[in-house]
Amino acid sequence: MQNNDQRQSGVYRRALLTGLWQENPTFRLLIGMCPPLAVTTAVKPALTMGLSVIFVLICSNVVISLMRGLLKPHLRIIMFTLTIATFVTICDLYLKAYQPAMSEILGAYVPLIIVNCLIIFRAEACASKSGILVSVLDAVGMGSGFTIALCVLAGIRELLATGRVFDQQVMPAGFVPWLAMQMPVGAFVTLGLLLGLANMVTGKEPD
Amino acid sequence: MSKIKHFIRQSWLLIVCSFLFGLLIAVTNAGLSPRIEQNKINKRNRLIGAMLPEAKNFAALDTQIEITLDGGRKEKVEVFKAQSESGQCVGWSFNTSGSGFAGQIELVVAVDANFEKIAGFDVLSSSETPGFGDQIRRDYYRNQFKGAPAEELKLVTIGEPMKIDSQIVGITGATVSSTAVVDILNTFLGGIKAQMKEKGLISDAKQ
Repeated sequence: MQNNDQRQSGVYRRALLTGLWQENPTFRLLIGMCPPLAVTTAVKPALTMGLSVIFVLICSNVVISLMRGLLKPHLRIIMFTLTIATFVTICDLYLKAYQPAMSEILGAYVPLIIVNCLIIFRAEACASKSGILVSVLDAVGMGSGFTIALCVLAGIRELLATGRVFDQQVMPAGFVPWLAMQMPVGAFVTLGLLLGLANMVTGKEPD
Repeated sequence: MSKIKHFIRQSWLLIVCSFLFGLLIAVTNAGLSPRIEQNKINKRNRLIGAMLPEAKNFAALDTQIEITLDGGRKEKVEVFKAQSESGQCVGWSFNTSGSGFAGQIELVVAVDANFEKIAGFDVLSSSETPGFGDQIRRDYYRNQFKGAPAEELKLVTIGEPMKIDSQIVGITGATVSSTAVVDILNTFLGGIKAQMKEKGLISDAKQ
């Protein structure tokens, strides 16, 4: 009985923690790569995007976990999309109402969370097969891993492009901003270097 | 008959969920839309208020103003009448758009009560290159338009930016973006002015 309890708590812990590093969506799985490239010019929009993804991920995982017994295999993807689209729309409306400045910066990228494959991937791989608690923990873990990755990328880019982080001046006065970091090229270069670093840390060798 | 039964059996969840989720979005939208509308109005008032300091109220014109763009395409423009506290007309404002160097540029433009002078413009949205085309948002470029005559503007490469006239000095390294702004203003100012004169909204006589 005790053994069973231990195994159960191990499952919960794993569901919560794998998303942070071991299966970090951006650095290890390389899924949902649109926001890391598109909205990481500054930390604030990146954080807003990350929190929106966490919200959508939790809601869609809960709903899909609840209806997992009723899903027809050939209709499951459309059910996932329907659920995700609903919560993304709600999130978009909320941002427009209470964070109009952020909503403007993020623009079309909030509605585009609907097609972020991280969320549909978690629905397919976790929520449609697991209980509600595991699904929530998984959503929190994966969402946080995604948010952290976005903020790291955005932090580096914002620092080098403007000399500021979170709108606070960090660099000394003589710093010359690297404007390229604010452009798409900055996102690709930074992301590439970070991915290389992640591979070095984990000792992953090229094939 | 059995076909319908089969269809219902397979897709009842999808149908039910579509209704439920639609309802959820409708409720959220109903709850948040007044705030979203208010945000839009606040933003417009803030932007135009900076250009027309006396303006307190903005009323949309009932009459439809339609202008012809370069390609012969017609576009409807919503013109707002800016009124002072005592109800006197202090100016007009409208949203304009056109292609820039990278995607659409959207501007909000304000002119004085007689449509003779430009009160200024502000960038609503643009994806011009950071550091170059992006400078159309900067004061030293925008200030050239404050008080400039509301007629055909001309872009020049060398000139006196501080002098307020129909000559606009372009931004070095961002000729396309500078030209785009001038072109947008020329297209819209001319078109709207002619239409408003025709409809008797502004006096024709130029004393």
